[in-house]
Amino acid sequence: MTHSIATVRGLPPRRRKNKADQTHWGSPATYVVATVLIALCIAPVMYIIIGGFRTNSQITQNPSGFPSPWVVTNYIEVLSSPTFWQQVGNSTISAGATTIGVVVLGLMASYVLARYQFSWRAGMYSLFAAGLMFPLTVAITPLYILIKNIGLTNTLAGIILPQIAFSLPTTIIILVPFLRAIPKELEEAASIDGAGRLGFFFRMVLPLSLPGVVTVGILAFIGAWNGYMLPLFILNDSAQYTLPLGVQAFASQYSVDTARVLAFTSLSMIPALLFFSVFERRIVGGLTGAVKG
Amino acid sequence: MSDSLSATTLTVRSSPAARDGAETAPSRAPKPRLHGRADWRKRLEIVILVGPAIAIFLTFVIFPVVMAAYYGFFRWKGYGAPTDFVGFQNYVTIFQDEAFISALQHNAFILVMSIVLQGPAAIGFALLLNQKIKGRSLIRVLIFVPYVISEVIVGTGWTLMLQTNGAVNDLLSKIGLGGLAFDWLSDPNLAIWTLMIIISWKYIGFAVILMLAGMQSIPEELYEAAAIDGASYWQIQRRITLPLLGPTIRVWAFLSIIGSLQLFDLVYIIWGQYVSSIAGTSTMATYMVTQGRGSGNYGFGNAVAVVLFLISLVIALLYQRFVLRRDTEGALTDGPERKQK
Repeated sequence: MTHSIATVRGLPPRRRKNKADQTHWGSPATYVVATVLIALCIAPVMYIIIGGFRTNSQITQNPSGFPSPWVVTNYIEVLSSPTFWQQVGNSTISAGATTIGVVVLGLMASYVLARYQFSWRAGMYSLFAAGLMFPLTVAITPLYILIKNIGLTNTLAGIILPQIAFSLPTTIIILVPFLRAIPKELEEAASIDGAGRLGFFFRMVLPLSLPGVVTVGILAFIGAWNGYMLPLFILNDSAQYTLPLGVQAFASQYSVDTARVLAFTSLSMIPALLFFSVFERRIVGGLTGAVKG
Repeated sequence: MSDSLSATTLTVRSSPAARDGAETAPSRAPKPRLHGRADWRKRLEIVILVGPAIAIFLTFVIFPVVMAAYYGFFRWKGYGAPTDFVGFQNYVTIFQDEAFISALQHNAFILVMSIVLQGPAAIGFALLLNQKIKGRSLIRVLIFVPYVISEVIVGTGWTLMLQTNGAVNDLLSKIGLGGLAFDWLSDPNLAIWTLMIIISWKYIGFAVILMLAGMQSIPEELYEAAAIDGASYWQIQRRITLPLLGPTIRVWAFLSIIGSLQLFDLVYIIWGQYVSSIAGTSTMATYMVTQGRGSGNYGFGNAVAVVLFLISLVIALLYQRFVLRRDTEGALTDGPERKQK
């Protein structure tokens, strides 16, 4: 969903900063440090991906070596296993529904908090902001009991609803400044042209706040895709497992088959990585907005 | 909007309808009043737009935490309604349990070390990446990769690499540092440092991106003025960038503190539920899960959750009172009004 919107509007030109004009020491040292930094960040990830192309005997004999020869059987076996695809499906449903729910509910609430004048607005905003103080870890034990009482254990709905709820505070805190920044004059102009507040919402607010919307959408998607604690409590039936639970179950089930575990692990991180690298600029932009206020 | 006073009065009066939810509100339209139609419409919009978010938020975030405070007073196995009221017994048990005290100490260590290790490193890396160097945007993507992949993947990958016969020790002996090959995960003197390395590796990308965002919001004119005055690169960073980065650093430190207190996933994945206390990496959250749900003691687990919450809350409030107050733009402390420029 977010993808199509972004494609229609296209990415804005990158903000150009010409600090290098003043600081001419684009020296080799900078590149060396940057390279070391990147190597440290990427090496463990590369170990996982490349390790999937080795055999178990290669890994035992030479734990830190490169594949020789490269084998693709591990990846093929994982890709042809129905369990893997079932977990991909579960994760997609969970992350997709969470993203849509957070964006829709968060945008609606933020619009009111940013642009309506009413008496308990500040209180409402504080309520959501206080949500940052209620992380999932604190709520998980009673939340599990609540989900159990309403009969949603072992269902994806049982993780989607709490995921939406716990993503709302960040979403609202990021979106309110975006919506607030839309000039009052635009609203007046739209009103003169006969658009109601809701018409203004769909015709003007939605397009103008897209950068913020995409940011919160990605954060919600990645958060839900990677979520561990909530599925750990709510989903006991392996048919409902999302990928993180699947990776863990696979790693303990095939603990001797290191190469296959590595292949399974690398395949499960692709969607979040892909999603992030496509929208990386938006995330940085959104954070800039949030920090600037 | 012209008559905001009457709008406010009407909003207050409408609160019962608002509480009933979006469905019933339309049928309860008040009698038409002088210019009341627009107000009624506005109230309806507010209820429809905010109602669902408030409902889901109260149900799944606030309500469970409130219930935890209630359940925490019972000895309760999680079936039926709790009946065995034990007063503060659970809390007494928690603070007399050495396992909890050491978990608390581990949390404190992680909290301090996260800021000490990640803060300066993140600022340094952000300064580096704020330069105009080739491939800067690629570097930004790559540095964020560890943050984007899930804790389970990080935990599984590092566990495999750090085993005694794993890749890290093998690599160390290959480059002639075989003496540095340790039992990274189970040596109790070492395990928490291993955890710190993994945490720093995983979360520093977020800190760097946050600092970069803060640096980019510093007005360009300041740098130009300083350059005209002949300030050197390091003078500029020390006198302009660092002070103006203050709010960003303080917000980051706040997020880092909360994250350290709540740490669960990585420890639970790498050390499992029982090994973590032996290896010296248990946290309050892993204690809560192991002693609560893991042993079927839901009343006790909820009491630990309350302790965890109160500790976090007190630290957060102190931090906001004494640190964040200095910033004009603390998103957590201010209502939306302050955001208006």
